[in-house]
Amino acid sequence: MGLLSVLIWLPISGGLLLLILGQKGEVFRLDRWLALGLSTLTFFLSLPLYLSFDLAVSEMQWAERFPWIEAFSIYYHLGVDGISVPLILLSTFLTPFIIIAGWESIKQRPSQYFAAFLMLEGLMIGVFASLDAILFYVFWEAMLIPMFLIIGVWGGERRVYATLKFFLYTFLGSVLMLVALIYMYLQAGSYGILDFYQLPLNKTEQLFIFFAFLFAFAVKVPMWPVHTWLPDAHVEAPTGGSVILAAVLLKMGGYGFIRFSLPITPDASSSMDLFMIILSLIAVVYIGLVALAQTDLKKLIAYSSIAHMGFVTLGLFIAWRILLNGGTESGVAFGLTGAMVQMISHGLISGALFLCVGVLYDRMHSRDISDYGGVVNTMPRFAALMVFFALANAGLPGTSGFVGEFLVILASFQAGFWYAFFAATTLILGAAYTLWMVKRVVFGEIANDRVNELTDINQREFFLLAALAVCILGLGVYPQPLVEIMEPSINVLIGHITQTKL
Amino acid sequence: MEFIAPDFAPAMPEIVLSLGICLVLLADLFIPQKHRIATLFLALATLTLTAWFVGGPGGSTGTIYSFSGSYIVDPLARILKSFSLLIVAIVFVYSHAYLRERNLFKGEYYLLGLFATLGILVMISAHSLITVYLGLELMSLALYAMVAFDRESPVAAESAMKYFVLGAIASGVLLYGMSILYGLTGTLIIGDINSSLAAQPSQTPALLLAIGFVTAGIAFKFGAVPFHNWVPDVYQGARTSVTLFIATAPKLAAFAMLVRLMLTGLESQAEVWQPLLMVLALLSLILGNVIAIAQTNLKRMLAYSTIAHVGFILIGFAAGSIAGRQAALFYAIVYSIMAAGAFAMVIMLSRKDFESEDLDDLKGLNQRSPWFAAMMLLLMVSMIGIPPFIGFFAKLNVLSALVAVDQFFVAVIGVLFSVVGAFYYLRVIRLMYFDTATDQAAIEAGLDVRFLLSINALAMLLLGVFADPLMKLCAAAIT
Repeated sequence: MGLLSVLIWLPISGGLLLLILGQKGEVFRLDRWLALGLSTLTFFLSLPLYLSFDLAVSEMQWAERFPWIEAFSIYYHLGVDGISVPLILLSTFLTPFIIIAGWESIKQRPSQYFAAFLMLEGLMIGVFASLDAILFYVFWEAMLIPMFLIIGVWGGERRVYATLKFFLYTFLGSVLMLVALIYMYLQAGSYGILDFYQLPLNKTEQLFIFFAFLFAFAVKVPMWPVHTWLPDAHVEAPTGGSVILAAVLLKMGGYGFIRFSLPITPDASSSMDLFMIILSLIAVVYIGLVALAQTDLKKLIAYSSIAHMGFVTLGLFIAWRILLNGGTESGVAFGLTGAMVQMISHGLISGALFLCVGVLYDRMHSRDISDYGGVVNTMPRFAALMVFFALANAGLPGTSGFVGEFLVILASFQAGFWYAFFAATTLILGAAYTLWMVKRVVFGEIANDRVNELTDINQREFFLLAALAVCILGLGVYPQPLVEIMEPSINVLIGHITQTKL
Repeated sequence: MEFIAPDFAPAMPEIVLSLGICLVLLADLFIPQKHRIATLFLALATLTLTAWFVGGPGGSTGTIYSFSGSYIVDPLARILKSFSLLIVAIVFVYSHAYLRERNLFKGEYYLLGLFATLGILVMISAHSLITVYLGLELMSLALYAMVAFDRESPVAAESAMKYFVLGAIASGVLLYGMSILYGLTGTLIIGDINSSLAAQPSQTPALLLAIGFVTAGIAFKFGAVPFHNWVPDVYQGARTSVTLFIATAPKLAAFAMLVRLMLTGLESQAEVWQPLLMVLALLSLILGNVIAIAQTNLKRMLAYSTIAHVGFILIGFAAGSIAGRQAALFYAIVYSIMAAGAFAMVIMLSRKDFESEDLDDLKGLNQRSPWFAAMMLLLMVSMIGIPPFIGFFAKLNVLSALVAVDQFFVAVIGVLFSVVGAFYYLRVIRLMYFDTATDQAAIEAGLDVRFLLSINALAMLLLGVFADPLMKLCAAAIT
């Protein structure tokens, strides 16, 4: 059993163990420690993926390949490259935080709650590590079940509506992808994702496959106009659910574009690039404006997530415009690297912001911005961290939020002035909605008695937020370790997207 | 005229089963009510012995004909018989506590069940029109009686009546189609019908009529739209133990009938019946999934879900490729296992004087019993077709077959209506997990039912993760 298998199955089996041990109801108090121990262990076990990553090769590393279902030549095929390793680390890094965040606030069926997150962790790692399309699809879909339950069981008032919407949207998106995968299997004789890269496909085939993928990934990212499930899901989900949703689940859409759409259907992607760019820019500009109008804290961060994910898709699909308008391959690399950095950075920042909202919600049981005001007076330590995360969300230089956006805007300039112009509005809009939110929540006079009675964050909460702040700052000041590990894989990707299949 | 004794060996399972039925019939008379469980054991022993003759050692693995070509034993027959017997045995075990609590724990339930099983086996091995009809009627008559088995219940009597009248019409229609086929070809042997029809130059109206009638008869037994009206009423009206029986093994028999009549008998006419079947299949898929959403009774919802699953089986079959038929066989087997688990859940949650039939009765099951809520979750997600559960691989198989013959449109309809179907399965999960229980009673089911149901539900996961052997078996059965 290779390292990747351990990373996938350790949390899943831990989750099953918790479920069985938790059968007897609430008396079992060890559940938190077990979940924390297992997720921390998984994190430490995942470190070698980065530490002994071979930067010199662009092939898949830590590969495992066994026949699974021979009738359909489906393989249990795992492997990682510079694109999946950062995402796997993001998942393993954040899961312990989610366990800690739910330490006291989850009163109802805690063992099932922690079990769901452990299983979700294993499945997420599986998505990023699969090199067989069906294996990928298995993890991709199976993930819906724990997430459905997390929002539905531990969510807010309209949780049933939100979780059904989440499930059906995502499910609808991905079934068409399944048909496309089957089609490619019948052409290629294998479900290997890497084999699909070599598959010759004509323009019509590519377009159909591209749109099948687009449905699946656009819903996950989410791109405008299929984003409407996200604000609902975020608002109703418990804190941990919001964190994992924003931090990792959304990244699967971006990852899907990188792993499937771009290399498998380069010509369709190239001919649809303007369409994708426009959708991305609508997400950045229009959703940014929508975020400005929100009165619910979680909704505001949810819309901000959509706007930020617009940068990811922009960075990915700007490539052809750059080449068309006389840009260089290094400009393309800027865009792709920017998209990847943006994914990791948004994972950390949005996760941190949702944790902040969770901290406030645990105390005030309200997500309404108008219920707050002057929190800094009663919670100074918390306020400092929250302001830092807000600034990072607005793209302050020196935080990781700046790096990704800057790279993508830089790439957009090579494609044309107006792309960059619209992309750059995020610097204004992002700053506007985040800082205005901070102003209304954190600063000012103490708004009411309930704010007056707030207690500052305890050590557990401080540790959570501070650790994330350190990471955001670290990546912002010195993104080199992240960029370096992605470089060989991004170069391979550029090779794929510049090589026409026609 | 010289009499040549036929080869009885291929029919050993049926002979053993018939003898077993006689034995159970006699023995049951002398078993006092408090030891009635002995009838169950005898029935299970009969099924086991029959299964041993189906797949036991010393048997050949090839294709054997007997009784002047009107009987066939081939890999398909072996796999369908094995699974039918297995599922009937499971159903018998699930039922006994439920029947006992309703003062229905009588030998007749098992006897009728065994008779129906005999009919199922005969249908599976049929290779002449007469044998098909013989098996079909034996099974159907036993099933009608089983539905009416609870004499006290007016609802059961009503559904038995409906089932009987509609079933009789369907049998008549089928028989009429068969008689035209006989008139056109002059033979009852299914294989000869095919070669005779293939030799005929053109399709006469009579032949088209015959194909239409036969298709309608088969569609009725499957419960495919527009011959589905009996399904929800019978499923809801019959005692759950009977619904459990009707929903599972007879589907395998119907599948066998489909293969024998359409594939062996009318293969040369495939371009006529395949589009016909495809239309029925798509209608079933669409209507079943859409109407299931509106149901509040769990059994009725599962009935419409059956119709939708039948649609999936039939689109695989109508794809027209060998892979499609293999996929349909795989789906039929998988479905009968899933359905056994789902209806058993209804049985398990019921107790004396309480039928847990309404969807709302599932409310808060996660509080009452986290384990069985999880088991139901497994069954439901498998029915949705979420990987890695076996239901996904059944759908994957069918979809692959469709895509391989460029039926993209049908494949897309198939997946889209799976999404529609997801809605009502998710509602079950939602009720179990998100709502608070109104009914706090503990689950009373016996250890045997709990154990078997757990195995049944866990099989969804295990069969899914280790789908290869069953897929290979199905691939070997239809070539």
